[in-house]
Amino acid sequence: MIREGTPRFLRTTLTTFSGVAANFAGIPLAFAFIATLGTIGIVTTFMRDHLGFDPYAHGFTLFGQTGVELTYLYFQIPLMILVIAPAIDGLRSEWREAAANLGANSWQFWRYVGIPVLLPSILGAFILLFGNSFSAYATAYGLAANGIAIVPITIGFYYSGNVVSDPHLAQALAFGMFVVLAVMMLLYVPLQRRSARWMR
Amino acid sequence: MRRRWIAPSAVVWLVVASAFFLIPLIATLLFSLRSLQTGKCCSGAAYSLIIHDHQFWTTIRLSFLLSLETIAISLVLFVPTVYWVHLKMPRLRPVLGFMALVPFVVPPIVLVVGLLNLYKGSPSWFYDKPSGLLAAAYVILAFPYMYFALDAGFRSIDVHTLTEASQSLGASWRTTLTRVILPNIRVAALAGSFLTLAIVMGEFTIASLAAFKTFPTYIQLVNETQPYEAAALSLLSFLIVWAAMLALLFVGRGRPRPAGAATR
Repeated sequence: MIREGTPRFLRTTLTTFSGVAANFAGIPLAFAFIATLGTIGIVTTFMRDHLGFDPYAHGFTLFGQTGVELTYLYFQIPLMILVIAPAIDGLRSEWREAAANLGANSWQFWRYVGIPVLLPSILGAFILLFGNSFSAYATAYGLAANGIAIVPITIGFYYSGNVVSDPHLAQALAFGMFVVLAVMMLLYVPLQRRSARWMR
Repeated sequence: MRRRWIAPSAVVWLVVASAFFLIPLIATLLFSLRSLQTGKCCSGAAYSLIIHDHQFWTTIRLSFLLSLETIAISLVLFVPTVYWVHLKMPRLRPVLGFMALVPFVVPPIVLVVGLLNLYKGSPSWFYDKPSGLLAAAYVILAFPYMYFALDAGFRSIDVHTLTEASQSLGASWRTTLTRVILPNIRVAALAGSFLTLAIVMGEFTIASLAAFKTFPTYIQLVNETQPYEAAALSLLSFLIVWAAMLALLFVGRGRPRPAGAATR
């Protein structure tokens, strides 16, 4: 979609909106989803009253894993667009024409040229998004407070918990997170360098 | 073989994506307009309750002052640093770039645990005041955004020529920095400042765990008890981010100045 044929205005709107939405994480985003898909959210009540389908009666809950994942998508998709757009811009139309001259069809172009060139960028973006989700605290907290057992929430729970307080356990968990993210960054830097090769 | 129309599959994707991204915003708006007693549309009661809540004003004021302080400290620290690195020690640029990645490796939740532990027992004017510990933590969070903005700004000007010209006219270092360099990287500095503003106005993790009452922690507090007011506040918070990001775009797009006009 980011490729050539797209009209300019659509492209600008897309990247602008992505830039804004990627910064929408946190408590307000959590609340926006509660207002949409919470137990008395607009979409939930609409589905219940007008479509005769109550998602909460069918095992869906915004405050569990699926709900948190859905909410994270709201800032992860725009981030992906922002990160991957320059790489897709770097796919030159000459390559496509050269491939077509040599008799490649569209699938073969992507299989042998497009995907291999984009692979480092895609993996890099994957790592970045992983880190972003892995360390998100505010959004999950706003949705489910202490109700969902992901690492950042657990750290917050043990560090400032009124019931159970165990700061040393929190510190150990925090260090564990640091190690995971440090490994991710060590993988990210060479990928970044490699994907920069095709960028000019 | 340039296509001028949009493929049908792209249209479908666009519609689905816009629905996914717009519905929560619209739902928040509708939610904030519901009447407090009946839960029906439409009343501005939630908004008027917020405006008359003095906690709203104190927290949003605190968050705003914090972001101003963070911006000021960041600019004072990083403008001379990045300038010096570009001028004298270009070999250190990758080192700074690597350091700018550190806030991504050490996310807020890890950072706050470490900071609270490290500074336990430090003087209370620093540890217990938002303008001390919290602002310092925000400078760390804002570092990558500020650094990349400034770095791009310095790369687009000729630091050496500007500095030499300024010095051969007899300017001191301070004059060079404030009257020659600063006006030339104004756009980059503003871009970094707007990003910092958006970050600080929305930062929840550190403020919450360090038990400070900023705007995002206030939203969370309201969120737990008063859903309609919380919707109004969330919308307001989105508007702040929107405003900061649009300001950023507006500044970044600023019309290219003709060569030579930069120094008037």
